[in-house]
Amino acid sequence: MTGDQNDGNGRNDGNDGNQHGGGSAVSRAEHCVVACAEAWRGDGEVLASPIGLIPSLGARLARLTFSPDLLLTDGEALLTGEDGSVEGWLPYRRHLELVSGGRRHVMMGASQLDRHGNQNISRIGGGEPPERQLLGVRGAPVNTLNHPVSYWVPRHSPRVFVTRVDMVCGVGYDRAAAAGPSASRYHRIPRVVSDLGVFDFETPDRSMRLASLHPGVTLDRVRAATGFALTVPEPLPYTRDPGPGELRLIREVLDPEGLRDREIGAVAR
Amino acid sequence: MSDKTMTPERAVGELRSGMTIGIGGWGSRRKPMALVRALLRTDVTELTVISCGGPDIGLLAAAGRIRRLIAPFVTLDSVPLEPHYRAARERGGLALTEIDEAMFLWGLRAAANRLPFLPVRAGLGSDVMRVSPELRTVVSPYEDGEEFVAVPALRMDAALVHLDRADRHGNGQYLGPDPYFDDLFCAAAERAYLSCERLVDGFAGAVPQTLLIGRHSVTGVVETPNGAHFTSCAPGHGRDEAFQRMYATTPWDAFAERFLQGDEKAYQAAVESWHQERTR
Repeated sequence: MTGDQNDGNGRNDGNDGNQHGGGSAVSRAEHCVVACAEAWRGDGEVLASPIGLIPSLGARLARLTFSPDLLLTDGEALLTGEDGSVEGWLPYRRHLELVSGGRRHVMMGASQLDRHGNQNISRIGGGEPPERQLLGVRGAPVNTLNHPVSYWVPRHSPRVFVTRVDMVCGVGYDRAAAAGPSASRYHRIPRVVSDLGVFDFETPDRSMRLASLHPGVTLDRVRAATGFALTVPEPLPYTRDPGPGELRLIREVLDPEGLRDREIGAVAR
Repeated sequence: MSDKTMTPERAVGELRSGMTIGIGGWGSRRKPMALVRALLRTDVTELTVISCGGPDIGLLAAAGRIRRLIAPFVTLDSVPLEPHYRAARERGGLALTEIDEAMFLWGLRAAANRLPFLPVRAGLGSDVMRVSPELRTVVSPYEDGEEFVAVPALRMDAALVHLDRADRHGNGQYLGPDPYFDDLFCAAAERAYLSCERLVDGFAGAVPQTLLIGRHSVTGVVETPNGAHFTSCAPGHGRDEAFQRMYATTPWDAFAERFLQGDEKAYQAAVESWHQERTR
């Protein structure tokens, strides 16, 4: 699956340099970037809010290719074009109103994530004091009740994919349904992307499903790294390769220094 | 018009133990750090603090001054987790009322508008309702009949904020890209203390939209050049990342010993000599 793309991508072989080990095989990080980009396909004119490097590359790739109307920020208060030009103002107070208005799709991180998509970034240990104090709920409650929320997990492990999260920050499908129509009305978790695969909740009980394996990953490995049973479709697809144009954008325009590979680690090749 | 200028000592001298205090800025951005340092030099303690938390919370929590924190997060931005705050939390050193960012903003608005609550969708289904069992919901009286969280007003006894410019009467101007919630903090508080990078005689030629805070909501004005240090104060200066990294990796006692023993002038001098040692 990570086969040699030299013939297909129209690139000069030399461009790969040392970063890609002498070939232009698609790296795991590049599959992750494309899998993240796909989260924003068809979203139209909404704010794409990627948290973390790989989701950021994905959002920008989506805007440069199949989702050109996406809005992106400079990470602070400005809405910016691909060349860095300013097209609008979005300080925190307006940002939170945009969230409530629903014209946004965020890809957040997760310290813990369960089979119905409940997410925790606040603390480890549900009691007082916490075993580990993490960031806090931040905007996870408002995000998940108002607009699509996807997740990015750079190191898929049973410590992240747990049976039950210690504190529900991002609301999952079971909790949204139990909280009533006001909670579930705009609730949607389109996808979870990890370094091993793509996951969604396209099952009758809205529990997590393995939507695709990244090339080079086995189903056994995903199962061993997940603390609950996953629904697995038959046949099981692989995450698609980036096209030649997408590879060129990732490697030459969006991340010429190859920072993406550092986030995923050398294992993912 | 009255002259409201005062020293940092005089401003924090009006605070009392047990008060509810709001701190402006956001994370490690434009925090009124000089006022927080001045507060550390008093014996005021048992505070309830309302903040989009950054190192302001780390300093006060490490020094044991916070009884309860009301916040959606505490972060140093470039260092995701605030180590001194975490340590205080993990040893049971302070209680936390954890609310969502939108709940926080609407809570400030409720207080600024003298309303007991405002409805928000955020919070339903999440554990903010579990960790704060005093939170209530409210049902729309209209046809939709939807249920929302009734975010209680975040009223405070005093607010501390830092802006780029202010006049002697308490009018404040921000020059960076984001006002954060500083005007709302001042409006939500009984008393508000505004520190600024530079005191000015007026705002001739200013872009009117930068005049964020009106004097009617300000009790005291304090000129504290570099007073947001080590947080960012764009466009004047960015975050002092090197200093922040050192703060985040230095045991609290050692940090306090070197930087927090004297007044604000001594702090700024200690920061300068730390940078000189580092680059030597």
